[in-house]
Amino acid sequence: MMVPSRTRMIRTEGTAVEFAHVVVLAGGLSYEREVSLRSGRRVADALRALDIPVELRDADAHLLDRLAADPPDVVFPVLHGAMGEDGAIRDILELVGIPYIGARPDACRVAWDKPTAKSVVAHAGIRTPASVALPKELFHDLGAAAVLDLIVSRLGLPLFVKPTRGGSALGASAVHKAEDLTAALVSCFAYGDAALVEHYVDGTEVAVSVIDGPNGPRALPAVEIVTPNGRYDYTARYDAGDTEFVTPARLSPEAAERATAAALTAHRALGLRDLSRTDLIVDAEGEVHFLEVNVAPGMTETSLLPRAVAAAGLSLGPLCETLLRRRFT
Amino acid sequence: MEQHSRSDAYTDLYADRAAGMVPSEIRALFAVASRPEVVSLAGGMPYVSALPLDEFGGMVGDLIARNGAEALQYASAQGDPRLREQICDVMALEGIQACADDVIVTVGAQQALDLVTRIFVNPGDVILAEGPSYVGALGTFASYQADVVHVAMDEGGLVPEALEETLGRLRREGRTVKFLYTVPTFQNPAGVTLTADRRTRLLEIAAEHDILIIEDNPYGLLGFDGEPMRALRADESERVIYLGTFSKTIASGLRVGWALAPHAVRAKLVLAAESAVLCHSSFSQLAVREYLATQPWREQIKEFRLLYRERRDAMLDALETLMPEGCTWTRPAGGFFVWLTLPEGLDAKAMAPRAISERVAYVPGTGFYADGSGRRDMRISYCYPEPDRIREGVRRLAGVIESELRTRDTFGGVGHRGSPGVDTPGPEVV
Repeated sequence: MMVPSRTRMIRTEGTAVEFAHVVVLAGGLSYEREVSLRSGRRVADALRALDIPVELRDADAHLLDRLAADPPDVVFPVLHGAMGEDGAIRDILELVGIPYIGARPDACRVAWDKPTAKSVVAHAGIRTPASVALPKELFHDLGAAAVLDLIVSRLGLPLFVKPTRGGSALGASAVHKAEDLTAALVSCFAYGDAALVEHYVDGTEVAVSVIDGPNGPRALPAVEIVTPNGRYDYTARYDAGDTEFVTPARLSPEAAERATAAALTAHRALGLRDLSRTDLIVDAEGEVHFLEVNVAPGMTETSLLPRAVAAAGLSLGPLCETLLRRRFT
Repeated sequence: MEQHSRSDAYTDLYADRAAGMVPSEIRALFAVASRPEVVSLAGGMPYVSALPLDEFGGMVGDLIARNGAEALQYASAQGDPRLREQICDVMALEGIQACADDVIVTVGAQQALDLVTRIFVNPGDVILAEGPSYVGALGTFASYQADVVHVAMDEGGLVPEALEETLGRLRREGRTVKFLYTVPTFQNPAGVTLTADRRTRLLEIAAEHDILIIEDNPYGLLGFDGEPMRALRADESERVIYLGTFSKTIASGLRVGWALAPHAVRAKLVLAAESAVLCHSSFSQLAVREYLATQPWREQIKEFRLLYRERRDAMLDALETLMPEGCTWTRPAGGFFVWLTLPEGLDAKAMAPRAISERVAYVPGTGFYADGSGRRDMRISYCYPEPDRIREGVRRLAGVIESELRTRDTFGGVGHRGSPGVDTPGPEVV
């Protein structure tokens, strides 16, 4: 009788190593917990389909005890939002000495803070919309009306408002009329203490995922997002059937090349590792504008990175396995 | 070659009634509320741990050993005959004289509500409901594409004058009112109770305007003072369909509820139930039958009442001590819920992410209205957390409100950008 083995022999550069225990970390206490749980289950299922022994764990009060009692060979953090993407959980994994997939803590901290990431990427030569990053307290201290007037007069309309830290478009909204800016900021401050107010660039919304390979970072085909109401908000991301994804994005060859180059530049300039997803706008002239980068991209059935993986003719499981293998050696 | 795909490939196939079934940001936040770090004042889960679980387990084991062939078999769609007689005994505590033949056992009162709506309501028909109203009812009404019109409520329950005014207006508009849905006792979500005088007046108005009343009474036996209120159905047998449940008096996981309806209506409900579920779980029905026959269930309800009363007191004391000026709230005499209204310019839905950050959860008031009202309101429940946790939850909530008052003063009290979707947690979230 065949007894399923708990371990699997993984090929690494011509040798074989025993690959006994992988932890996929998902959940956490961020606003994106539900998305993270779905992402984590998807990654875990993809790896289990390859007979890789996977334990799906929440980042909770039992995590450190579990890691100490049964240290995994490698951890795949699929935690979205704070802790998962701000470098904190990776700092902990560094402290306990367990290898993990994805960017190191210092790079995460830079990427997580959208204004800082924009500065770094702009310094590397990529366009990014004009913006200001303002804490809630500043509106209180200086007077909201004067600050709002200044924003509109200098950045112009339309605008896009989002928390400086966070994801899944929570607290994010477009502002087409000056009188709507206050409501957009109040919504934004429900999810964070500081707002990034950007000039809204009209154009094609695309996401370019980057995966590290043996020859360096590789960009996957750009995914174009088409939303009927023009807002790729939370509902559009995780439910609305009316949201359409086009792969590869309908861009001119030159624009597609610029988008790919922008994502690779962002990945390198921010010092990211293993995987990232860069969100861009391509304007009518084919110019590419950097919006933000994600170090723990969504992996749900409607997420952008898995669509890009499929468009590249790859499968999520083997791709994740490749990343695991690299970290485990 | 470019490929086009959608988030949901079946979008074009869905029926119109599924249009409102979309997630929302708020619903996603409730995923966090189930974590132990969060004090959840959001859920409506009864504290079933207070049941004598060992005895319950022994009783169920014995039931299967003795009568497993019946408990594990299909049964009639109307429900177990003996259980229906026992249900009549339970309803008698609220003054209802009923015949077991007019009772249908359902999967919780929720299914009874679904069946009643299914047999009475066409798309576009008007259903009257208190404002605010039970979220599970609003979901059912929406799925049958009803047009819910809210009727004002105050500390004494539904306001009869408001009901008359609404009925008159709808009649002038030529609208068809199919029924009034009401939770008259310890209402969910507001925690208020319809006064005895208003009960009489409500039945008079229903007769004058020839409307049917759906009386949903899940909390009627969980009053903290005196005897149970007399049900509307106790004084009107033809115009009132009564919905009951064992979810709060025994255990919600059993999913045993019922409807008591005029004979002809009951016959249609049974046929509707057959098409929905064929028959209800025999196992659950027989477990309830056994429990009512062998366990001291009246004493157990008294224990529940004491337990919830202690928690209600903890919540009201904490609110009195900690809430910032400008907040108001109801003072329930039974049931599970307090309805809290925020100071002018605050928005409970917009505030929800902040509350989750501070590790406290509540349900924004908008979830209890079909028309987007309730932005300043929230439902906070005391049924599940223990008193110390309730006090801690209220302390955290008060801090969030203080912070929001500062934001209001900065920006001048502007609501946030709304998103579509369901604003309340699923039943499993506390």
